[in-house]
Formats: sequence, structure tokens, C-alpha cells
Amino acid sequence: MTLLEVRDATVRFGGLTALEGVSCAVERGEIFAIVGPNGAGKSTLFNLISRFYQPASGDVRFEGESILARSPSDIAALGIARTFQNIELFERSTVLQNLLIGRHTRRRASLPSQIVFAPSVRREEIAHRGAVERIIDFLDLQPHREQTIAGLPYGVRKVVEIGRALAIEPRLILLDEPASGLSVEETGDMRFWIDDIRTRLGVTVLMVEHNMSLVSAVSDRVMVLAEGRVIALGTPAEVRTDRRVVEAYLGSETPAR
Amino acid sequence: MRVHFKTGYDHDIRLFPDAREALRYAALLAVAIALPVLLDDFLLGEATNVLIWAIAGMGLMLLTGHAGQPSLGHAAFLAAGCYANAILMDRFGLPFLASFALAGILTGLIGVLIAIPALRLHGIYLAIATLALSILTEDIVVLAEPWTGGVAGMTAPPISIAGVEVDRLASPDLFYWLCLAVAVLVTLGYRNILRAPLGRAFVSIRDSEISAQAMGVDPARTKAAAFGLSCMTTGWAGALMGHFFFTFNHEVFTVVISIQLLLMIVIGGLGSIHGAYYGAAVVGIVPQAINLARDAVAGALGGGAVAIPGLETGIFGLILIVFILFEPLGIHGRLVKWRLYFELFPFYRRDMFRRQRSYLKTERLR
Amino acid sequence: MENLQLAVSGLANGCIYGLIALGFVLIYKATEQVNFAQGDLMMLGAFIALALGNDSHIGAPFWVACAGAVLAMAALGWSLERVVLRPILGQPQIAAMILTIALGFVLRFVAGAIWGHDPLALETPIAGANFSLGGLILGADEIAAIVVTLLLTGLLFAFFSRTRLGVAMQASSQNQLAAYYMGIPVKRVHGLTWALAGATAAVAGILFASKGSIDPGTGFLGIKAFAAAVIGGFGSLPGALAGGLIVGLIEPFASRYISAGYAQIAPYAVMILVLVVRPHGIFAQVSAKKV
Repeated sequence: MTLLEVRDATVRFGGLTALEGVSCAVERGEIFAIVGPNGAGKSTLFNLISRFYQPASGDVRFEGESILARSPSDIAALGIARTFQNIELFERSTVLQNLLIGRHTRRRASLPSQIVFAPSVRREEIAHRGAVERIIDFLDLQPHREQTIAGLPYGVRKVVEIGRALAIEPRLILLDEPASGLSVEETGDMRFWIDDIRTRLGVTVLMVEHNMSLVSAVSDRVMVLAEGRVIALGTPAEVRTDRRVVEAYLGSETPAR
Repeated sequence: MRVHFKTGYDHDIRLFPDAREALRYAALLAVAIALPVLLDDFLLGEATNVLIWAIAGMGLMLLTGHAGQPSLGHAAFLAAGCYANAILMDRFGLPFLASFALAGILTGLIGVLIAIPALRLHGIYLAIATLALSILTEDIVVLAEPWTGGVAGMTAPPISIAGVEVDRLASPDLFYWLCLAVAVLVTLGYRNILRAPLGRAFVSIRDSEISAQAMGVDPARTKAAAFGLSCMTTGWAGALMGHFFFTFNHEVFTVVISIQLLLMIVIGGLGSIHGAYYGAAVVGIVPQAINLARDAVAGALGGGAVAIPGLETGIFGLILIVFILFEPLGIHGRLVKWRLYFELFPFYRRDMFRRQRSYLKTERLR
Repeated sequence: MENLQLAVSGLANGCIYGLIALGFVLIYKATEQVNFAQGDLMMLGAFIALALGNDSHIGAPFWVACAGAVLAMAALGWSLERVVLRPILGQPQIAAMILTIALGFVLRFVAGAIWGHDPLALETPIAGANFSLGGLILGADEIAAIVVTLLLTGLLFAFFSRTRLGVAMQASSQNQLAAYYMGIPVKRVHGLTWALAGATAAVAGILFASKGSIDPGTGFLGIKAFAAAVIGGFGSLPGALAGGLIVGLIEPFASRYISAGYAQIAPYAVMILVLVVRPHGIFAQVSAKKV
């Protein structure tokens, strides 16, 4: 069953065409990876889905409904969470506070009740805290709970950002290069987490990733983008041997490592 | 360093982490309540002044310190609150408590109305637009003469709460307590918002608007809420200021007041409620200190005291430059560091608060 | 004829606003900091020229005094950047904004302490000279303001588009880190920008002082120049000049045709209107920030 569908999407910036006629369908419960050389339009596709960019033509549908009329801040409430390529955490806040922001779409309290901090607000806060603690347990973030982001190592920040996205309790999570800049061990951990996000939390994963061994290990299907077009789509094994994929990568990167 | 052994999530949510902290603030409140007994009328007036500035400072702190929206125009909202309160009492015969509450709410609504076009503006553009607003205020007060008395000004009507006359001059202690009550209530409300979802939304908008959007925070609505709450608080401060000054006209709430308010919260420490109080204290103390120093110098030189125009703002500017260069976190940040130094002694290291040197991240949308 | 007369005096004033606005834009383009003290730099430049040139003070020849003021302000601009603004490079814009506001307070106090708070007039060779052109009366000071401003703007424009250094300055404004990597001495570029802004402020100050009188509060004119810079769009040199001219023209006409009280309000009202309709100014090119 299709969860997210991109139909014939074209995105242009002035004269530059970043995406041209891209179509894909992400099935419920799968791990779907997007690979491609730099500038292929991977992040553009993400920004299109999270509504930061407007397409020149085409459609994006989530659970059968077009989301083009939605604003970027509506997307989280629909059940789509995301991380960013260059980590966009709230630097001056603690890990706990960052994760709690993820609960924003689940808030109920009215403004006056928040000003007086009514008992209902307290109950709600405790419930949010419980939900966040479960994510902290899931991602082994206990030692960093009270630390501010600015003082955390890069690898931990990446995990915190995933945790913050999970706090939304999404149905679809978009991971923008989850393993970039991570050490071999951290990449190994990331592989298990991505797998667990799907199997234990039941969240569908759409990710952009350069590390082909990670992509091959976790993903069900891979889409290859080059110069804004889809050049291959299939299982990791199929894609790796595709002639056009090898051509697109020649001279820059080898997909099969 | 004290270690908190937490036994429930409520531990992080409640107002004070432990009994010691609660006791400390209770003691502070007790001293504040007892102040009229301890101080003479002049100093009590100064304390009242500091409280009113602190309330206004909290208003701006919410908007600038927590929601990250700089405003160089908050004197406009002081004026709105001040005139609204006086007009409601004078023309509509409302009792003080009703007019006071309404004045704040009206100012908050004005704030939201102004926020709607301002939402599209970022950083300096917002600062400049609010600066223009502050400049226009003076002229608007003059143009609205039938209501505001224009250049001739207005006189604050007498306050009566449950039959008790509260007057700044006749009963300075009652007026002080009134301001204290407002300050405490505003502080409580502010604290509550900070530990509720709205407070987190403010901080998220401040630190990364794009990220906040991806988390489902609507920037427009959140900023409008910040403007509304901020202006409401500032309006209350303005209403109290009107009673404190007794008479006021178009020249009271100038651009300079707007700028001073912003500078005040920066000196106090952006992003903390404490900062608003510390900044207000500086605003209260600096002129007195200058007077004392001038008298001392004049006494030593044997000449009469001479007034030097611009000295106050000049020294204020100098203090501010020193703070931004050497302690960007303001007085509050400095105190937190000292406290940590003693708690960790001898393990405190200078680099604990060192900020990473960063290259300019462009804030231009170009 | 009356309208033409209003237009000429408006243009002359507008040129001075434009020059101050040019200072804002110069610094903003290079460092992305907004110098709220630009108006006070102008005031200081005028006072230095006055102190050097007026007979009651040092009494140097007028042109020497002008050159001295321009050089002194350039040096002051350079050292302000070096001592005060460089340490906060890379911090949020609001830090620089507040810092320069504070700087303005200090400059105003210093000027007041040295030269007092009574308005003083700058003695110029062109003072009082008038030309009559078919019923139109042109003050020499007005012509000077217009001519000098056009010349200076042209020079700056040529500097930024033609010279290596100018291009380097533009590059460093667009991406500091990349400019560093390309071997552009970004810090020196910033110092130079501030020197340039200081010199521009001195020229504006001299032109302003030759049209009337100055006192330490003259620096508040900077706020009006702000409106000009915003109307023109903060990132554009010709825009700044155009914004200045617009503000200069609005004032006399609003005063003549609506009411004297509105002359003060009109520039800000127009600015707010521009901000609402085009949040980045009339002449700005805008595209979205990359995620």
C-alpha cells in the first residue's frame, strides 16, 4: 500500500531545473533509499516533500491526499518527520528540550491554561516527557539527556536529530544523509537504528544516503537520481548492476564498494 | 555541586528544583514585601521605578530574548498601555483594576495587529520597522489630541482598589506593593509559559525557524503569540508608569526609551527572566551612581555640580559595549558562571562556556 | 515653479540622506552588520571639519579642513571595526546592532562634551551664495550636495564593479568562508569598508553642516537615513541613493500639501508601507535561503 507518492514532480530555480519529472511511490513499512551524485536533486526532493519548495508541476500525495496546499509547519502534524543534512538542532537547548519540541503537534493546552500552568497542562507535560523518555531509551541517549547541543559530539547530534523527528510519532520519517560524517562504529549503530525504526516503531523510512554499504544493508528499494531525473529504481542489488547507474557514477564515486 | 536525585518527571517541571531554591526565592519575596519598612520614600520610589522597568523588560525579554524577535519600538506599547489605562479610567469611569487589565489586553491586541505585517520581516528589518513605529508614536499621540491631550498631556486619575486610595505620593508603600504584585504575577505567568509548549515553540523559532517548521511549529502564529504576550506585559508596565509619572505627554515615551529598554535586557542577559530584573536594576542605579559621583567630584574640586547632558546615556552605552564584548550573556550569564565556579571549586575551567568561533552564517535571504 | 523649488531642496536633503544610507549599505554589504551609529559618525565628521576649519577654532583653509575630516573619520571607522566590531564578528546581527546603538550614545556624549550642545555653523566659502535660474533659486550648498553625492556614488559604484579590491569586498560579503578560502583578506576588507563608511559619513556631515547648523543630536538624522536605506533595499548602493532621494522628496511635499506635522511621519509611513509590500526593499532581489 502506498504511503507517499511523488507524481511527475518538476522543481525549478530560475533557469536551473533541479528535479524533472520525478515519480516514485514509497510503500507503507519499507525503507526506501535515494542515492545519486551531488547536485542530483536528492535534497530538493526532500525539501519538496516537507513543503519548503514549491514544484513547477506535478503532485505530492501522502496517504492518497495531495499535500501541495499545506504549509511546511502542517507537514509534521500529518505524520511526516524529517532530519536535515547539516543538523538543524536548537543549539542552546538541552537534548531533552530538543526532543520535547517534537511533541509540539501533540499539544492540547490552551494559551490561558499554559499561563496559569493548570493541572491539565502539568499532566500533559508529564505525558510528553514519558514519550520522550521512551525515545531516549530507544536511542540510548540517557547520558546526554541534560546536555546542551552545542557541547555534544557530531555523532550524538545526528542521533538526537533522529530522536527529535521520532518524537513527532510520525508515520514517515525522512532522513537526510543519516550516516554522513559518522565513524565506522557509529555508522554500524545507525544501521541498526534505521532498521529498528521500521521494525520496532513501524515507521516508514525514506532516506538520502551516500554510503552504499549502509544503503544495501538496510533498504528494500533504492532510487537513483542524476541531474534531476530518476535513472534507476529497484532493489539494491538490481540498482548496483544497472548500466546507467554505473555511468552516472563513473569518475566521481563507485556505487559498489 | 548539589546532585538532584530525581524521582519523577514532575521534578523537572515544577517551579523550583528543590526546597533550598524555593526558600531562597521566598526569602527574596519577603525582603521585597518588607522594603517599604526598610527604605525611605525616595529610595522606595526608586525601587518602584525598577519594578516597573522590570515588568516592561520582561515584556521585551519574552519577544526578543525568548522568541528572538528584536524590537526597537516597545516604547510605543508602553505609551499604548499608559494612555489606554488613563483613558479607560477617565472617560469610561472604569475602576482601576478593570481598566488596568483591559489596558494590557488592548495593548496585546495592538501588538498582534502590528505583528501580522511584521511577520514577514526578519532580524534588522523587524528592528527598523519597530523603530519607525516608535518614532510615529510621538506624532500619533499629538494627532490624537482629543483623546490623549496631545502636547499638553494627561494626568493619571487616582487609583482606588476596594475603597483604598493608592497614590504614588500620598501612599508610596501601597503603590510599591501594587507594582510588586504585578511584577510577581507577570514573572509567574512568564515562568509558566517557558515550561509549557508555547515557551518551547518560542525558543525553537528563535534558534532555527526552518527546523521549528519541520517540527510542526507555525512561525506566524507563534510570533503573533509572542508579540501579543509581550505587548500585553509592556502595556501593563506602561499603565503603571503613567501612575508613577502622574502626568505624561507625547515626550515621555520616545525612541530613546525604546532603545534603552532593549539595551537594558541585553545588559541583564538575553534569554532569562532574571536578566530583565538585573537590567532594570542597572537602569535604576546608573543615574543615581552618576549623581553621587558628580557630587563627589564637584565637592573635591570645590565647584558647583554641573549637569552634563548625555552623560547618562553615554555611560550606559559604554557599559553596554563592555558587556557585549566581554560578557555577551549579560549580568545573568556572569552570575551563573560565578555560581558554577564556587559549586565546582576547584574544578571550574574557563573554557566551559567558551563559544565556538563561528564564521558568519548569512541571515540574508538572498 | 513652487513645486520645482520644493523638489530642488528636497533633492539636496535627499542626497545627504542617501549618503548616510550609502554608509549603512556599504557596511551591511561587506560585514552583514548594521551600523546604527552611521548618523553619529556623520555628526562627528561635521564637527571635526568645523573644529579644523572655523576661525573660532583652528582656522585651517576650508579644503584642508574637509580633507582632514574625511581622513580622520576614515581612521576612526577603521579603528572602530578593529577594536569594537571585529570581536563580535560571526555573532547574531542583533549583537552588532545593539553594539552600534551603544556606540552612537557614546559618540554623541563625546561630541557634546567637546563641542557643547548649542547648534554651531560650519564656515564654508559657498555659504549664502545663490543662483537664480528663471525664477528658480538654487543655493550653492544645494548644488554642492547634489553634485558631490552623484560623484561619490559614481566613484563607489565604479570601485565595487571595476577594481580587484571592490570585487573582493563584494565576494567576502556573499560568502565569508569561501572568500577566506579564496585568499581574500576578509578582516582587512572589513576594516577598509568601515574606513570607507567613515569617510562617506564625513562628506555627508560636511554637506549637511554647510546647509545649516549641527549639534550632537544631529546624529538622529541617521534614523531617517535608515528609512531611506530600507526603502531602497539594504543590499543595493544605487538603491540607497534612490531611497534617500525619495525620503528627501517626500518631506517637503508632505509638509506643503498635507500638513507640517506630517513631514516628520511621512518617510516612516512610506517605509512601513514598503516593508509590508516588499519586505526587502524596492530594489532588492530575493530568493529563498538554502536548507
